[in-house]
Amino acid sequence: MSEENAKKANLEISDKVMIELKDVHKWYGEFHVLKNIDLTVRKGERIVICGPSGSGKSTLIRCLNRLEEHQRGQITIDGTELTDDVKHIDAIRSEVGMVFQHFNLFPHLTVLENCCLAPIWVRKMPRREAEDAAMEYLEKVKIPEQAKKYPGQLSGGQQQRVAIARSLCMNPNIMLFDEPTSALDPEMIKEVLDTMVSLAETGMTMICVTHEMGFAKTVANRVIFMDGGEIIEENEPDEFFNNPQSDRTKLFLSQILQN
Amino acid sequence: MSKFVPQPDLPAPITNVGVIGWFRRNLFPSPLDAAMTLAALYFLYLYVPPLLDWAIFSADWFGDSRDACTSGGACWVFVSVRFKQFMVGLYPDAEVWRVSVAAGLFVALMIPMFIKGFKHKAYLGAFILFGFPFIAFILFSGGSFGLELVETNMWGGLFLTLVLSFVGIVAALPLGILLALGRRSNMPIVKSVCVVFIEFWRGVPLITVLFMSSVMLPLFLPEGMNFDKLLRAMIGIVLFQSAYMAEVVRSGLQAIPKGQYEAAKALGLSYWESMGLIILPQALKLVIPGIVNTFIALFKDTTLVLIIGLFDLLSMIQSASQDAKWLGFEIEGYVFAALIFWIFCFGMSRYSMSLERKLETSHARN
Repeated sequence: MSEENAKKANLEISDKVMIELKDVHKWYGEFHVLKNIDLTVRKGERIVICGPSGSGKSTLIRCLNRLEEHQRGQITIDGTELTDDVKHIDAIRSEVGMVFQHFNLFPHLTVLENCCLAPIWVRKMPRREAEDAAMEYLEKVKIPEQAKKYPGQLSGGQQQRVAIARSLCMNPNIMLFDEPTSALDPEMIKEVLDTMVSLAETGMTMICVTHEMGFAKTVANRVIFMDGGEIIEENEPDEFFNNPQSDRTKLFLSQILQN
Repeated sequence: MSKFVPQPDLPAPITNVGVIGWFRRNLFPSPLDAAMTLAALYFLYLYVPPLLDWAIFSADWFGDSRDACTSGGACWVFVSVRFKQFMVGLYPDAEVWRVSVAAGLFVALMIPMFIKGFKHKAYLGAFILFGFPFIAFILFSGGSFGLELVETNMWGGLFLTLVLSFVGIVAALPLGILLALGRRSNMPIVKSVCVVFIEFWRGVPLITVLFMSSVMLPLFLPEGMNFDKLLRAMIGIVLFQSAYMAEVVRSGLQAIPKGQYEAAKALGLSYWESMGLIILPQALKLVIPGIVNTFIALFKDTTLVLIIGLFDLLSMIQSASQDAKWLGFEIEGYVFAALIFWIFCFGMSRYSMSLERKLETSHARN
């Protein structure tokens, strides 16, 4: 444990605020999904959000790149406030990467084309340059040899690593992970988590919705527990797991740690 | 512990494989199937030989008047004598080469589209869709480049059928795509305009549309303003078919998982980029059968222009068979029309199937 802490300490967290949420509320019709969310994330932080299903954790991170709209409060990403202004939304989306539970690769394009598409069209990068960059990232996620294949020919774990590479090709400052390992077979979870760990070591700001508590312990510098659309508890991983404050957190932890 | 040794593969029983196996599996698997097979063979025996005899063996092929038709079989002389009219209608004899040149150019442009490994298919395809029609129009109607003017009321036969279908297909697909996207738009005004348009055009019969375009429309136009009857029919067909096309395309759009839209958004792609690069390529591929279905329906529906006095292939054949010199040979004419329509429709159907196979990228893992 001490070794891990030493490793974590090396990961620098600067004072620069990357994400700031103030009194954020969201409703789906009549249903109040997010209640009074206040959250500040600094550059280099690695945050794990956990909680029972329906607790609003996915909705929360989907609000950060405007896949969902919030109705009250303020969300500021890297100094730009998320409003209805399409320019702000596009600017934020191109610097916030997102990895989905079901990968959402584009099945009609090869792995390499999946990775190059956004740099070419959004960043206006020349094709050759975009392909070189994409190959570099595919090497980082350890599947350069699959570049010419279609997503349908890859395993789930490989597809999720391609999805991570695809996001990285846009050179994001922030990466959002929405249950990246929940749709994977057990033996493929590790390869994806390893990729995420090495990404964390590069100093990337990461917010990750996951139930992988091992990942939370080794990589996160903060764990957030949500239920009923609220942030119930927020703490360093050691404290969070060994000394949970609220009864709700204790119950949740006892249930997921049983198996 | 003994080592696992797999048993050797034995040859399959003779009743399972080979010709005998095929017959047993497909024609005689049960007494009922055997009876049906025999009944089908009997009907084929009853009807196919006389049909072949009529159409081929005792048919009259050569000659230049009905006097050549004496053998009692089909009189293909009727078709060969009237062939020029069936192909191009009343187009002046001296100018028919213009239609042939355009047709030849079209075939020459299409050949590379079927050659594997030809690199510029996208550019060539775009030229066929958007450049070729202008060249063809100049050739067909003339009035410039020293070509004699040929009014559209002289156009006819298969030539007119193909012009109507080509224009219909080339214009209805993009219009249908825009309507489908509009119908799924979040913008209420765009959405309701598209819904009203689609539901209106789907709700009226094509015959009504053609009648309106040829009879009603001129009443509302100012005195002296008169635009071409063929053009009006084309616009009617395009608007009508685009409504059907829109619904076909919309069914494809609905089949694309929400995650694809979200991934495109999350990467920062704009609406038109994500539609053009991510959603439409997948959605259109899914609905190729439906699109081709609409194309084939459109192709055959062009025969309805008969009722507004345009002479397409079918109406050319019909009027030729009412000629006093050739009374009684409608059947040959209609069989010929059916054959021509079938060849084109079957061609479209085969092309769509090969396109589907070529665009298949969601292969199972191998």
